[in-house]
This record gives sequence, structure tokens and C-alpha cells, in this order.
Amino acid sequence: MAEWTLMDRCCDKCWHTVEYPCKHFIRCTVEGPLCHESAECRVKRKRRIEELKYGKYGIKIKVPISSCTLAAGAKEVYDAVSKEVLSSGLNADITISGCMGLCYLDPWIELSKKGLPTAIYVNVKPGDVPKILKEYLSGDLSNAFALRADPEGIYKNYKVPLLNDLTLWSNQVRFVSRGCGVLNPESIEDYIISNGFRGLDKILNMHPKNVIEFVKKSGLRGRGGAGFPTWMKWEIAQSQVSDIKYFIVNADEGDPGAFMNRLLAESDPYRVIEGMIIGAYAVGASKGYIFVRAEKPLMADRLSKAVEEIRKYGLLGRNILGSGFSFDIEVILSAGAFVCGEETALISAIEGRTRPRQRPPYPATRGLWDKPTVINNVETVAHVATVFQVGVEEFTKYGTEKSKGTKMFCVTGCVSRTGAYEVPIGMSLSKLVYDLAGGPPDGKKVKAVQIGGPSGGCVPSNLLNTPVDYESLQSAGAIMGSGGVVVIDEDSCMVDVAKFFTSFTLAESCGKCFTCRVGMKLLYDILKNITEGKGSEEDLELLNELSDVIIGSSLCALGGTAPNPIKSTLRYFRDEYVAHIKDRKCPAKVCPNLVEYWIDPAKCVGCGLCVKACPTNFITGERGKPHSIDPSKCIRCSQCFITCPQGAVIKR
Amino acid sequence: MDSVKERSVDEVVSTILGKYNQRHHLMRILQEVQSNYGYLPREALEKISQSTGIPLSDIINVATFYHQYRLEIPGYYIFLVCMGTACHLKGNQDNYNVLRNTLGIKKGNTSSDGLVSVEKARCFGCCSLAPVMMVVSRDGCERYLHGNVDIKETKKLALTYRSMASKKVRSGE
Ligand SMILES: Cc1cc2nc3c(=O)[nH]c(=O)nc-3n(C[C@H](O)[C@H](O)[C@H](O)COP(=O)(O)O)c2cc1C
Ligand code: FES
Repeated sequence: MAEWTLMDRCCDKCWHTVEYPCKHFIRCTVEGPLCHESAECRVKRKRRIEELKYGKYGIKIKVPISSCTLAAGAKEVYDAVSKEVLSSGLNADITISGCMGLCYLDPWIELSKKGLPTAIYVNVKPGDVPKILKEYLSGDLSNAFALRADPEGIYKNYKVPLLNDLTLWSNQVRFVSRGCGVLNPESIEDYIISNGFRGLDKILNMHPKNVIEFVKKSGLRGRGGAGFPTWMKWEIAQSQVSDIKYFIVNADEGDPGAFMNRLLAESDPYRVIEGMIIGAYAVGASKGYIFVRAEKPLMADRLSKAVEEIRKYGLLGRNILGSGFSFDIEVILSAGAFVCGEETALISAIEGRTRPRQRPPYPATRGLWDKPTVINNVETVAHVATVFQVGVEEFTKYGTEKSKGTKMFCVTGCVSRTGAYEVPIGMSLSKLVYDLAGGPPDGKKVKAVQIGGPSGGCVPSNLLNTPVDYESLQSAGAIMGSGGVVVIDEDSCMVDVAKFFTSFTLAESCGKCFTCRVGMKLLYDILKNITEGKGSEEDLELLNELSDVIIGSSLCALGGTAPNPIKSTLRYFRDEYVAHIKDRKCPAKVCPNLVEYWIDPAKCVGCGLCVKACPTNFITGERGKPHSIDPSKCIRCSQCFITCPQGAVIKR
Repeated sequence: MDSVKERSVDEVVSTILGKYNQRHHLMRILQEVQSNYGYLPREALEKISQSTGIPLSDIINVATFYHQYRLEIPGYYIFLVCMGTACHLKGNQDNYNVLRNTLGIKKGNTSSDGLVSVEKARCFGCCSLAPVMMVVSRDGCERYLHGNVDIKETKKLALTYRSMASKKVRSGE
């Protein structure tokens, strides 16, 4: 027989079933029993909660399983933990968790034992597992990275820092990401004992208009890019008269460099779905879709599993908890195209078509199959759930006048602590890049910060005091977008960065609008010429002019924002463009045609590998003696540079 | 994979259409066809068109618009090399070149022995561990993510997956 869980009835006195639900079901799972008095039932629930928190035997080992930790080898660590527990006969629970956002520490594990502080070990290799377990269980915590919360202040003598005391944690406000890396993403019980579904519990007794009013009070703005007030979208959809309305969660997350949606949905999928149910209730939607892209299969798996679980317990489906409100969700795997993140293209994709369409009419009045449709981002709905769980004040005490609350940012590129950080809106970029993400490794200098992805722009290092909020970033020539922050150091060429984004949007242009389809190709060709040393000074004017044409005449925001990376690099890094054009030099030594490959005779050992790799046979030299490249014949394919085991091939 | 080969395209497509057959299911229908073959055989597209009445041109429009679909048979293992921003900055283009070189791919995406393919891919959301590549098996049953791969590691991965593929193919025969 399956194990008894908090989601099950405690005894025959409980009459709750999915068909005839008790409306106190959610609270009862944790605080119950509520309808009858029974010490036995109460103890049963308490014991189960203890068990979930500390494990059946008082020892718990958590291994995070999410895309990022898996890429760093978490599966092997999980197997090593299982093997060690089995072979040593240890009585311990092994559970999975999601990602806490500190990806540079992956894979990590968390150990807890009654009587000892919970400790986090990082960059764990499978071979380290036996030693870590042995040490921890014997009370030696010296090799731990950090300890979890210490409410009683008794952990001081362990000489291991508290997670809360590290700048990378203390500068964060873990509001929407509170469950990430803490909860088991595949356990509905874990979510429910952590205040889960209390938002849903609250709203089912509220009038939909009051639900919208509540969201209005929070000031929550969409986290998908444009920052549109969530309540306003809901109110428009709510006021439409229609036989059916739809609620879609946009989990397409196509912006390369942003992964907070993946992280949230993989680590705390129930929160996303709770927020979605609340939204659907507010607008009167009866059918929901979660649109996930194919490149993020684990995110789709976790969301699908969570939907199934929630449905199984009657929190989705017909007549949810006897409220008369019915809603169901389908998870759709997108076959992948960046433009599908745009709402009308997303709707087309669900309908089995391609390409965006004209707005207005906006989806809130005429969306999926011409019915009123709300589309919200993953982080937006997860915020909704959390705001209803903990109250508006907890949210509005952070943020700026115009943008309340917190936002997750993914900081990648040239920083030592790559990861996802949740901070109050309005924090300065430099705090995000230096205090949280640790700045560039090995003393390099930040040249620019690219924010907002392919529709965003580059903020130069002298403007890093810009606060991250919608308006300030816009005036600096970037956008908040979904919150992807890519830090660029001196080793990157800004013209190459612009070319990279242009090639991305060019490939992703759906082709419907002439100016975007052809204009992006022209922009790309000009940039390509410049990076190959074939540019002229008029090109810079042309780039600007053409950009404005594309921005002004494209149907959807893909074309409407695609030239932004070019415009912002031209604005702040014009001298780099000029160096390519006038001096035929790439100052960062990135653009292949403008660098010379040279073999440093002091480093070359004459192994001959470069000779084999060179497709043109213009590297010569005797075996065992320094080789040399004929610069007039070199085609700059960089194969020698890649191949040389000594690092003797130098770009100059 | 091999048991599938024995089933005709007709049979495979009919099974899928038995589950979904509406216009708005097209994306999913094509995904299921691809998970059977690793690509979309022309025959299958024609069969879908005949059975559902969706014009073949529409089906091809969808099949070529989205990145996930392949119109040619790939190798047993497929390297998906992330070309996202973080991975671009950390040199995944070099890794991509190294993969192609190591596997001897000159034209197209697949090695001449048909064992391994190398494709460019969109961001996997593991940008913190850039550069990243994902390796999937053609039948969709296996999926491995590799983060922080340098050129040495890339070469090793190329050889490892090639020998895994050749073992699989040999044992399947
Ligand atoms: C080209 C393009 C791509 C987009 N990609 C996404 C995306 O991946 N995820 C997302 O939530 N919003 C994306 N958006 C924004 C959506 O159109 C939409 O504004 C958003 O999902 C609304 O949710 P929100 O109000 O909760 O922010 C994209 C917009 C454009 C123009
Ligand atoms: S940029 Fe490569 S995984 Fe995101």
C-alpha cells in the first residue's frame, strides 16, 4: 500500500473526496484535522510534517536535480550518495531539490541531521561523497561551504559562515525564489507545508474583482519583458463576455542568457501553477496552457508532473474545492522559435500555425481562437501566488515607486559567481554585478553589461550605477527584458557582440515584415563587413538609419527591438567601430580577419600538432623546434590556436 | 529504434493520429513523428496531410519554421551546441569547430559514418555553466547535459559518444 501522505484523509471522520470536496482541505492538510477533534489524527499529521522536514530517521541528504546542476554532474553525485548510503547501511532519506541559483557552486549537496546545523557542501565530486558524509555525521563541519538559517544563534562555534551572512545571499530578497533549492520540486507535500496553496485557499472565497483589486494594490508588473501592470491585463479580460476564456503561461524563455523561468519552474513548479489558477479564477478562464520550449525538457517534465499531482487532489479540474470554479491546464512543448515568446506568435503556435499578427486587438480581448486570453510570464504568476500567500505588504516594501517588489536576474558571462539572484527592483547594476555576482574573475575589467537579451542593449561600465528598473534601463539604452544580465569584459569585441545579436534576430525573424526580414540581413552584412575589415565610415550612419526604419515599421516587437544592440553599442562604443573601420584593427582581438596569428618561439615545443591542423599547410618548422606561420597566407581559421596544447599560438 | 524501423511509416503515423488529429495538434504530431525517427521523413508528412486534410505546404511551413524539427536523418547521437550569448562569449563556436573537426564532418551536420551529428542550438538555460552542450540520442531516450566544456573536454566527448554510438549500432544489428 502506498504511504500515507498529508494529502490523504486522516480517518473515516474526514469526508473529503475530489468529487465532494471539503473547502477547508488545503489548510486541513497541515493544520488539521479541522472538522473533528482527534489527538491521534493531529499527531499523525504532525509526525508526517516532521518526517518531511527532517527525514524518517532524522538524517536527510538533499541533492539538487535541475538542468544546471545536471550539466555540472549532479546525477553522478546523486548516484554516489545512494551508493554510499546503501553500502554504509546508513538510515537516511535522500531527496532531490531544485536549484538555489548559485550555479557556480554546482553540484552542491545539503546535509541535515537532528542536533546539527544543516550544512551545504559545494562543487562536490562523486568521489568526495563518502568523506563528506562521514565528516558531517561525526560533527566535523569544517569543510562545509555554509550553514542554513540559525534562528537561535547556536551555530557560531562551527566557524562556518551562515548562508545569510554571505554577501551573495544577504543582498538578495528571496521572495518568489524562496522555495528554489529548498523544496523538493516533485513533492506536493513539501510545497503545502511551506505555505503552499494558501493563496488559492484565500481567493476561492473572494470575488474575482477583489482578487484583481488585490493584485492592483501590490503594483505587480509583468516580469516577461514589457512590465505591463498585471491587474490591468486581468481586468480587461475579466470584463469581456465570452463562453470561454484562456489563461496562458509563457514559459518559452527564448532570451539566451536568461534562465529564471526555467529555474523557477524546475525548482518550484507548484508555485507557478498556483499563481496560474489564481489568475484564471480572477479573469474567469476555464482552460489554461503552459507553453514550454523544447530546449528545456526538464522544465516541461516538472510542470507536467505537478499539473497531474494537483489535478489528482482536486485543486485543478471541475468545481475546484466546491467553489464552482472549474479550470484545467495542458502543458505544451514548443518546437522552438524565439518569436513564439511574443504573445500573438505564441497564440499562433498553440493554434498549430506560425508567425505573429497585428495588435490590437490585444489578446485580452481577442486571443486564442479569438477568445479573451491572458498571457503571463512564469515569474509573474509565481509572484502572484507568493503575494497572496504572504500578503501585499511583504511585496510592496521592496522596489521603487513605479515598480514594486523583487525581480530575478541571471548574471552570466565574465563574473566569478554566475547564477540567478533575486533582488529588489531598483538595485544598482554594479551591486548586482560586483556584490552578488562577484565581478570578473582574475582581475579583469568590466567593459559593458548586456541586459535584456536580443531586444536589449549594452550599458557601459561608467553607467553601472544605473538602477535596475524599467524606466532607468530604458533611458540608458537597454531594457529590463526578462532579466538576463551578461557581463562583458575587455576580451570581448562590442562590434562582434552586436553582430552576434543581429545574427540571432536575423535567424529568428519570422519573415512576415519586409523591413525586419530584409533589414536585419542588411544590418548583418554591414556588421560582417566591418568585422572583416571591409567597412567604411558611411556604414555607421547607415546602421543607425536602417535601425530606425526597422524599429518603426515592424509588426511585432521582435523587429521593433532587434536593432537595439546595434544602437546601444554605437552609442557607447563608437570608437571600437571606428578602430575596425579606420585602423583595420579589432582592439579586443576577437574578429578573425583583423588579428594576426603568431607562434611564440619561447613557448612552442615543436610538437607539430598545428601543422596537422592547418588546412592550408602554411605552418612550417622542424620537429622539436619552434614553428612559424606565414602571415600572408594564413586564412585565420584559428585551428592552430585551438589545437596548440602549449598555448603558444597568440593572437595579436 | 530498430523495432520502430520494422513498423511502417503508415503504422507509426496512424498510431499518432489516433491520439491527436486536429490542426492545433500539428506541432505535437510532428514532435512524436520525430521522436520515432529522429527526423521527419517526407513520407510521414505526406501521410499526415492525406489523413488530416492539412495541406502539405502548411505542414512543411510548420516543420521548417521551428528549430526542433529535422528533415534529414541525424546520427545516433546528436551534439546540440549552445549558441546563446553566454556560450558565445565563452567560446562555444570554437568547441563547435572542434567537434566537427574531431568527427571529420565536412559537409552537412552528420559524420560520414552516420554515427554522430553536430548541430547549433539555442540556449538551454544553463548559461551559468557556459559553454554548454547537450547530447541527445536520436530516439529521444537519452539526454545528457555538459557544462564548462573546454576544447580538451570537447574532443573527449566527441570520441566518447562516437564509440557509444558505434557500440549501439553494432549491437542493434
Ligand atoms: C520576440 C519576443 C520574445 C518574447 N519572449 C518572451 C519569453 O520568452 N517569455 C516571456 O514571458 N515573454 C516574452 N515576451 C513578452 C511577451 O510577449 C509578453 O509580453 C509576456 O509574456 C507577458 O507576460 P507578463 O505580462 O507577465 O510580463 C517576448 C516578446 C517578444 C516581442
Ligand atoms: S547561453 Fe548557453 S546555455 Fe544559455
